[in-house]
Amino acid sequence: MPNSVLWAVDLFGKVYTLSTAGQYWELCRDSPLEFKRVSATTQCCWGIACDNQVYVFVCASDVPIRRREEAYENQRWNPVGGFCEKFLPSDRWQWSDVSGLQHRPLDGVALPSRHWEWESDWYVDENFGGEPTEKGGWTYAIDFPATYTRDKKWNSCVRRRRWIRYRRYKSRDTWAKIPSKEDPKQLPDPFNDLSVGGWEITDEPVGRLSVWAVSLQGKVWYREDVSHPNPEGSSWSLVDTPGEAVQISCGPHDLLWVTLWEGQALVREGINRNSPKGSSWSIVEPPASENGIVHVSVGVGVVWAITKDRKVWFRRGVNSHNPCGTSWIEMVGDMMMVNVGLNDQVWGIGCEDRAVYFRQGVTQSELSGKTWKAIVASRESDRSHSGSSSSLLSAGCFFGDEVRGSGESCAPSDTDASLEADRPGPDQPVPAESVDGPRNPRDSLASGTGRTPELAVEVAGLATQTPGPEPRPGAASTPAELPWTNIDLKEPKRAPSHSAASFPETTGLSSLGLLPLGLEEPYGADDHPLWAWVSGGGCAVEAHAVLKWFTVQSGLSPPVQTLSLSIMPAQTAAWRKQIFQQLTERTKRELEHFRHYEQAVEQSVWVKTGALQWWCDWKPHKWVDVRVALEQFTGLDGARDSILFIYYVVHEEKKYIHVFLNEVTVLVPVLNETKHSFALYTSERTRQRWPVHLAAATEQDMNDWLALLNLSCCESRRVHGRPSPQAIWSITCKGDIFVSEPSPDLEASEHMLPCDQMFWRQMGGHLRVVEANGRGVVWGIGYDHTAWVYTGGYGGGCFQGLASSTSNIYTQSDVKCVYIYENQRWNPVTGYSSRGLPTDRYMWSDASGLHECTKAGTKPPSLQWTWVSDWSVDFSVPGGTDQEGWQYASDFPASYHGYKTMKDFVRRRCWARKCKLVTSGPWLEVAPIALGDVSIIPESPSTDRSGHSIALWAVSDKGDVLCRLGVSELNPAGSSWLHVGTDQPFTSVSIGACHQVWAVARDGSAFYRGSVSPAQPAGDCWYHIPSPPKQRLKQVSVGQTSVYALDENGNLWYRQGVTPSYPQGSSWEHVSNNVCRVSVGPLDQVWIIANKVPGSHSLSRGTVCHRTGVQPRQPKGQGWDYGIGGGWDHISVRANATRALRSRSQETATGWSGEPGLPSTPSRAAGAPHEARGPVCC
Amino acid sequence: MTDDKDVLRDVWFGRIPTCFTLYQDEITEREAEPYYLLLPRVSYLTLVTDKVKKHFQKVMRQEDISEIWFEYEGTPLKWHYPIGLLFDLLASSSALPWNITVHFKSFPEKDLLHCPSKDAIEAHFMSCVKEADALKHKSQVINEMQKKDHKQLWMGLQNDRFDQFWAINRKLMEYPAEENGFRYIPFRIYQTTTERPFIQKLFRPVAADGQLHTLGDLLKEVCPSAVAPEDGEKKNQVMIHGIEPMLETPLQWLSEHLSYPDNFLHISIIPQPTD
Repeated sequence: MPNSVLWAVDLFGKVYTLSTAGQYWELCRDSPLEFKRVSATTQCCWGIACDNQVYVFVCASDVPIRRREEAYENQRWNPVGGFCEKFLPSDRWQWSDVSGLQHRPLDGVALPSRHWEWESDWYVDENFGGEPTEKGGWTYAIDFPATYTRDKKWNSCVRRRRWIRYRRYKSRDTWAKIPSKEDPKQLPDPFNDLSVGGWEITDEPVGRLSVWAVSLQGKVWYREDVSHPNPEGSSWSLVDTPGEAVQISCGPHDLLWVTLWEGQALVREGINRNSPKGSSWSIVEPPASENGIVHVSVGVGVVWAITKDRKVWFRRGVNSHNPCGTSWIEMVGDMMMVNVGLNDQVWGIGCEDRAVYFRQGVTQSELSGKTWKAIVASRESDRSHSGSSSSLLSAGCFFGDEVRGSGESCAPSDTDASLEADRPGPDQPVPAESVDGPRNPRDSLASGTGRTPELAVEVAGLATQTPGPEPRPGAASTPAELPWTNIDLKEPKRAPSHSAASFPETTGLSSLGLLPLGLEEPYGADDHPLWAWVSGGGCAVEAHAVLKWFTVQSGLSPPVQTLSLSIMPAQTAAWRKQIFQQLTERTKRELEHFRHYEQAVEQSVWVKTGALQWWCDWKPHKWVDVRVALEQFTGLDGARDSILFIYYVVHEEKKYIHVFLNEVTVLVPVLNETKHSFALYTSERTRQRWPVHLAAATEQDMNDWLALLNLSCCESRRVHGRPSPQAIWSITCKGDIFVSEPSPDLEASEHMLPCDQMFWRQMGGHLRVVEANGRGVVWGIGYDHTAWVYTGGYGGGCFQGLASSTSNIYTQSDVKCVYIYENQRWNPVTGYSSRGLPTDRYMWSDASGLHECTKAGTKPPSLQWTWVSDWSVDFSVPGGTDQEGWQYASDFPASYHGYKTMKDFVRRRCWARKCKLVTSGPWLEVAPIALGDVSIIPESPSTDRSGHSIALWAVSDKGDVLCRLGVSELNPAGSSWLHVGTDQPFTSVSIGACHQVWAVARDGSAFYRGSVSPAQPAGDCWYHIPSPPKQRLKQVSVGQTSVYALDENGNLWYRQGVTPSYPQGSSWEHVSNNVCRVSVGPLDQVWIIANKVPGSHSLSRGTVCHRTGVQPRQPKGQGWDYGIGGGWDHISVRANATRALRSRSQETATGWSGEPGLPSTPSRAAGAPHEARGPVCC
Repeated sequence: MTDDKDVLRDVWFGRIPTCFTLYQDEITEREAEPYYLLLPRVSYLTLVTDKVKKHFQKVMRQEDISEIWFEYEGTPLKWHYPIGLLFDLLASSSALPWNITVHFKSFPEKDLLHCPSKDAIEAHFMSCVKEADALKHKSQVINEMQKKDHKQLWMGLQNDRFDQFWAINRKLMEYPAEENGFRYIPFRIYQTTTERPFIQKLFRPVAADGQLHTLGDLLKEVCPSAVAPEDGEKKNQVMIHGIEPMLETPLQWLSEHLSYPDNFLHISIIPQPTD
C-alpha cells in the first residue's frame, strides 16, 4: 500500500501529517505561520494561514515541475538579403507565438511568480516532428501561415524556428504564498474556507485541480488553471451564489457542496470536464429546520454534514447524476467537523475531546461505515519526553473524568515544554494572543466581523446562560443511542458557571480553527493533541488496510517503517536466531548417529482426489466433468514425484489421461468472468498450443489445486525458495508473473535447450512490466503505473501456506480500465442517434464492434476484479475527440478523427471504467512516482561491479526520463530519482551492459544518451537517432553490445554499425515482424514476445520466442525457437548471464572492448542473413 | 536467508532415536532382541509402534499378550502425550538412544488410559485440535472445515505427511489481520516436580497496551516458580521440541511455529541438569 498522509491542524494552528504507515503526527516543519484550514490532495496541500493569505504546499518529488516556454523566430526571404528580418507590412512579428498573432520577444517572457526559476537559457529546438532538422532548426513554408517542412524548397519564401526554454517550480516542500497581484478592487476579501478536489474529472495530461474558496463576506471563488504543472493556478474568479456561503467542500470528482449562512446547503450542478466550475446551484434543506447545516464534506459519491447541534449526518443517494442525493440519515457521534478523503474514507474531529476520529468500515458497498475510532497517535514532539507507554496510554482515554482532573491540576505544561524544546520561542503556541484580529474569536465577536454560525451559537449560549443548543450532556445521557462503541463515554465535569472558561463552549467558539488561549492553558497543556481541522484528501486508506493509528506503541519503537524498502528481513531478532540454531543442533544431536535406525512411519503414496471440469481435447470442445487424482510418491532417492490422473467418460466408456508432474512446464491460472480455471502445459502441449485446461467449482478449490500442483512440480524439479538472481521473468496478459531458472544450456552456442522445455513457476502479484538484472535486483510496474521492487520472497497471491514465504509478502493492488464503445449513426431526421442500420455493429460494443458490450452488462475481467468507478468518457483515445468525447468517421469500421466533417456518418466514443484487484506477492511499492518503463543494467558474472551502485533507468508515466540512485543488492529499491531533462515526453528506455542508454520518445524517434558512466550516472546529452523510415518506434532494448528496437507496427529492428567509438550506430536493419516485446540480455541473447506463432492446434498470440544462432559475428541470429505462449505479454532475460562453461571463454572474449576474432563454426555458415526475417511471420 | 516455514519442517521432522526392550519379567519363548526405531516427536507412542508390537509378539505366546504399554525408568508413558513432550519431560538429560521398556502385562490402570485402537488416538487428537481452536478462534475455523479436512489433518499426522497436514493446518494458524494474534494461546505447561498433570489457563498473545506477550510473560503469570529471579541462578529449563527458546520470544510466534500438531504448545519445565 502506498504511503500517504493525513493532514491536520491543531488548535494552535500547527500543521501536522500522519502517515498511513506511521503512528506519529509529524509537524510540518516549514510553516512560518499558523494555519486555520488545510485541504490536501496526494500531491499538494492548500491552506489558509492566519494572515488570511492562501498558501500551497507542493510535496517534494524527484521529478521537477517544469513547463516549457516557447517563442518562434520568423524570417522572410528577399532577393537581396536572403532570409532576414525584413517583413511585408502584413506579416507577423519577428518574434511571435506559434500562431504568429502575439508578439513574443524572448526577453519579454517573464516567470509567473517568484516560485519559479529558469532551468537554462533559450535554445533552438532542432527536432521537428521526430525528425532532426538541418542546422539552425529552421522550417520552411511558402508563406505565413502555412504548412512548414523540414526541407528548403525553391518556393520557400518564409521560414521560422522554435526557441524553447524551461522554467521550473522551485517552492516545493514549503508553503508558497499564492500571489495576489490582481486588481486591488477585485481582490477577494480574506478567505474563510477553502477546498481542493476535482482531480478525477480530468486525467493527465490535462490533470486539472479544482480549488474553491469562500471569503469572509460569503462569496465563492474558483481558482483558474490549477494543475500539477501549474500548482499556483492563475487567478481567482467569482462564482455567484444565491446566498451567503460559509464553508465549501469539493470532492475528488464532480461533487461540490457549500453551506450557507442560513443553514441550507448549496449543491453545484453541471460540473464536468468541459465546465469545471459547473453551471447552476440547487438548494438542499437541512435535516431539521431548527438545526441548520454548519459544515459539509463530500467525496466521490458521499456527502457528510454537521448540523448546528453537532450531529453528524450522512446524505443518502448521492452520485454524479443526482448530486443532491435523496435524504439525510443521522449518524452517531458529535463532531466539530468531518472530512471525506480518498476512497470516500471519513475523518472527523470530536466535539468533546478534539481528537481525530477515523470512520471504520467504509467500503464501496457500505459508504457510511461502521464506527468512529479515535486516532491515538501521538505527536512526534511528544515522543521524546513521554516517559512510559502507560502515560501515553492514559493520554488516549480522553473521556475519563480522571484525565480531565489530572489535566486541570497539573501545572503548565508538558506539551508546551516539549514544543518549546523543539522550536524557538516565537513559534510556541501560547503567544497566539499577540496576534490580532480573527485569531481570537472573542475579539472578532466584539468587532462583529467573524460571522459564522458557530459564533452565533455562542452568542445565544452566552446570552441565555444555559447549555442551549450545545448537546453534549444530552448525547451522553441518552443511552439508547449508545453513540460510542469503542470509548468509555462519561459525562464530563462541567464548570458550575457557564463561562467562557468551560471547555466545551470554547471548543464551540473556535470556528476559526484556533483556541482562544489563556484561560484554557491548563487543559491545553495536557498530553494529547487537540485538533481543529483534518483533511484526508491525500490519504489513501484501503478498505482492508491495517492502520497503526489506534494503538499506542511503546515509546521506544522507531517512528515508522514497517514498509521499509530495505530487503533485509526483520528476522534479526536474537530469539529467532536462537530457535533456528537450537533446532539445527537438536536435529544433529538426535539424528546424526542414528540415521541407520528404521523410521517408525513408512512413507507412502498420498492421493488427493477431486472433481473438476476439463476442456476436452476432441471436437466439439466443451467442458466435461472429470474426476482427478494426484498421486504423490517418494522415490528411492528420497525425491518426490507425482502423477495427475484425469478420469473422464466418453461414450459410456471410462478413460483417463495422465500427466507426470515432472514434465509440466507451467501452470497458468485462466480466470474469466465465469470460470475458475487453469491451464497445464508440458513441452509437448506447448508445441501443440493446446494445454490441459481444467476448471474448479470455486476459487478456493482452484487455488488449492493450483498450489498443490505447483508444489508438486517444484518438488519434482527441486525448485525451492527464492528465484536465483539469473532468473528469467515473464508476465502474461492477465498480469500473472512467472519466473524460470535458466539452465546453462539455454544460451549454449550449440545444442541450445529448446525454450519450450523451460519450467516456469508463478510468483504472487500483478504486474505489467518486470525487469531484472544479474544481481538479484528486480523491478516491476503495475497496470496503474505503480513501481514495485522485488523483496526476495516467493509465493503470495493464490499461493498460501507452504508455497509462500512467511516474510517479504505484502499486499499489492492494481487498477486498470475496461473500455467499451458507444456507436452512433447519423440520419437526416434526428441527427446522430443510437438507431443504426441493420448491418451496423452493436450500438454498444467492444473496440472491434463484433461483441455487444453494454454499460450494465459489462463485467470486470474476472472475479478477482471489482469496479471502483463509474463509466466515464475516455478523451485520451488515439486520434483525438471532440468536446463530448466523440470520434467521427465515414462508416464503421474506419479511421476515426476527433472533429466532425460533412462526410462523417458515424461516430463513436470510448467509455472507460476502472476496476481494481487486490492480491499479495513479494513486492513493495517504490513510491511515489508512477512509471511507464524501467531498465536495469545487465551484468555478466565476469564483470566485477561490486561497490558500484546498479544503474537503473526509468520513464515516468508522464514521460520524464529518470535515473535511480543508490540501487544495490542490499537496497534494490535505491534511494532517489535523478531527473534527466528531455524536450519531449519519452516512452521507453534501456541501458546496456556498458552504460549505453537508449530511449524512445513519444514521437517515435530514438535517442542515445552520451557519456553515461558510473561516475556520471545521468550522462550529459541526448543524441537524436531517426527512426526507421515511416515507422514510429515504441520500445528499445540494449544488451551487451546489441541494440534492438520495436516499432508500433510490430517490426523488430537491429541497430547496425554500433561500435565503441560510434555507439549511436549507423542504420536500422529489419529482423522480424509480429513482435510485441523484445528483451536483449547480457549475452546479447534476444528474446521476444511474438504473435501468430504456429502450433499444431492453433496460432498463438503472445508467445515467448528465443532467437537462435546469435553469435558474436552474427548478432542478428538466424531464426526463432518457440516457447510458452498464448497470452504472454512481457519477458525479461536481462538477468541471465549463465552460459555453459565451455563457451564462457568465448563470452568474455566478445566483450565491448575487443573484436570477436573467433573462428567461425561450421553450423554458423548454414544461416543466410535473409532467413533472419523470421518464421514468426504468419 | 532462513524462512520461518523451515521451523515448521524442522519441528515436524524431529525424530527421537529409541531403543525398545521387553520388560524382563515378560514371559518369552526365546530371547527378545531390542528394537531400534526413529520416533517422530510430534506423533503418539501407540500410533507409531506397530512394528515394535509385532517384533515382540513374535517371541511371545499368544496367551501372554494383553494391551501393550510403555515405561521409562519406572514411569509409565502416557500415550496421549506427544512423544516429544514425553522425551523432553522425562529423558531429555539422559543419553541417546532413549531406552523404553515394553510391557504386555499388568497395565497400570491408575496411570494410563487404555488405547483400544487408533480410533481412540484420533478421537483424542481431534478433541485437542478442537479445544485449541476454541481458544484461538472461538472454534470458528474448525467448525467451518469440512469432515474431509478433519480427516486430512489426522491422516497427515498418521502417515507423517507434512504437506498434507499443513495444507489444512495453516488455516488453523491464521488470525484476522486487524488483530495481532489469536484470542488465547493454547498451551500446556508440564512439570515433573508437581502432582498436577499440567497447567492450562487463558492467556492472550497481546497485552492490553498492544505489546506482544513473550514466553517469559506467560511463565511469570502462570508458573512463576519456573522463572529464575533476575539475579538468581537458573534452576529450570523451559523446553519445547527439545530446544529452549529465549524468554523474549513472542508467544504468538511460538504458537504458530512450535505448536504440536494438536495445536497446543506443550511446554516442559524440567530441573536444570547438574553436570
